[in-house]
Amino acid sequence: MSAKFDVRYTAQLARLHLSEEEIAKFQTQISQILAYVEKLEQVDVTGIEPTAHANAIFNVFREDAPRDWFTAEDALANAPRSANQLFIVPKVIE
Amino acid sequence: MELPALSLADVQARLRAKEVSPAEVLRALDARIAQIDPLIHGYLSRDLDAALACAEKADVSLPLGGVPIAIKDVINVIGEPCTAASKILQGYRANYDATVIRKLRAAGAIPFGRCNLDEFAMGSSTENSAFGHTRNPWDTSRIPGGSSGGSAAVVAADEAFAALGSDTGGSIRQPAALCGIVGLKPTYGRVSRFGLIAFASSLDQIGPFTKTVRDSALMLNAIAGRDPQDSTSLDEPVPDHTALLGRDLRGVRLGMPREYFIEGLDPQVDAAVRAAVRHYESLSAEIVEVSLPNTGHAVGVYYIIATAEASANLARFDGVRYGHRAADAANLLDHYGRTREEGFGPEVKRRIILGTYVLSSGYYDAFYLRAQKVRTLIRRDFSAAFEKVDAIVCPTSPEVAFKAGDRSDDPLKMYLADIFTIATNLAGIPGLSIPCGFADVDGRKLPIGLQLLGKPFQESQLLQIAHAYEQSTDWHKARPTLG
Repeated sequence: MSAKFDVRYTAQLARLHLSEEEIAKFQTQISQILAYVEKLEQVDVTGIEPTAHANAIFNVFREDAPRDWFTAEDALANAPRSANQLFIVPKVIE
Repeated sequence: MELPALSLADVQARLRAKEVSPAEVLRALDARIAQIDPLIHGYLSRDLDAALACAEKADVSLPLGGVPIAIKDVINVIGEPCTAASKILQGYRANYDATVIRKLRAAGAIPFGRCNLDEFAMGSSTENSAFGHTRNPWDTSRIPGGSSGGSAAVVAADEAFAALGSDTGGSIRQPAALCGIVGLKPTYGRVSRFGLIAFASSLDQIGPFTKTVRDSALMLNAIAGRDPQDSTSLDEPVPDHTALLGRDLRGVRLGMPREYFIEGLDPQVDAAVRAAVRHYESLSAEIVEVSLPNTGHAVGVYYIIATAEASANLARFDGVRYGHRAADAANLLDHYGRTREEGFGPEVKRRIILGTYVLSSGYYDAFYLRAQKVRTLIRRDFSAAFEKVDAIVCPTSPEVAFKAGDRSDDPLKMYLADIFTIATNLAGIPGLSIPCGFADVDGRKLPIGLQLLGKPFQESQLLQIAHAYEQSTDWHKARPTLG
């Protein structure tokens, strides 16, 4: 199955540029890791429920009430670019 | 004894008795760090003035009153950096306290110092930090373990009385073992993760590094409990975790899992752990052999689930709200791609790609869903074992601290360093590591850790069992020679 692993395509999905050197290296290393994890195919999981979470899961609700939290200034304090109380992002509409 | 060499409980007793002031303790610790940390590099930064301002107001009558606590640089403390040892968060400054920090402050403690780690807590050696390696105080040519290697090293080197770390697959217990101190990973849901930079949300848990078991109980008392801001924290009553310390072990049953005593286990680790088990017999505990048959699958399951969750969690680093942003992006995709290329280190990139792949269309069922089902089998193994025993006793790490650089280019070999700690996180149960001896390697003494695993929310009993061993042996009194 790992024969189909394509680091270049997966990096695109992850929104992560890689150098040619990284592409070559990760293709080999991650294929080796996938060959290792593929051993799980040998485990019989017929009728076994998946565990997403270590504890019994309940819905957790709270009142939708206002409370003191970040001001706009707080929220923007670490922004690499901001102006007029807004985050500045690259142009997304051509 | 010099102030920095004291345990948390001992320094707090002196503070409480007003034999020493919080500011004097901080200055003594700061001087020790200035002297020792150039050899260790356990700290990424510290702010003495901010800590001294807290010291002025410290209430020494509180359980941790006036005691400075070191913090892994992945937990937000207001006004301080929180880099996750990544270039992508260089320059970030937290503008809120994590819940554990709020709770430490409420118990009188003073957050002081930011501890080094593997970038985004991904690693087992602290070599993946973007800001330089941490060294093991017992042999500075060796790694301290990871990912919380800085937290472990500074406690072992008497540069901190206690530290907070986080444990996703062994990141508290393995470095505690390799540095010869006590490291506790609480039950999943015991401690709020609000304000912890998330790695793998179904596995992450915050816990303490300490010099003694009693100190571990005191730290857990301070940080445990439900938090409305972390919906995975559970509404279980928080007992006084020191209450059972000192009780004898009559009637306590300890399980030895045969799958943890395998080929590849360092013979000196094997001998030390078996000696510890015999010691427990002499303390009236009953030893029972148990089986955790799916242990061999844990590393594979972990590297699917943890990387899948990490690939989603790390999507937030997009160069918009905080952190690094690539200059002069041609368009939005170029902005994301280069921001993340420039900001993340190699291991983080590797895991993002692996996690993205196992979640991608066509592979989800084969990898992620199958891993979640095997996770169920691993949980069942522990449930079955805990019907027969109160706790499980085994090695923390299959080996002692290895040389820096030895396997930094072999990710799979590095992953296998966590073979004995990972299943605990998959099952969500509590685990701790305590010192149980030393290996003799090239004429150096290297610490060995004994791991104790318990039932969910039974940290008190786990600490009782650990304390009985600690108090009847001398391993925890040994300190590395430094400076």
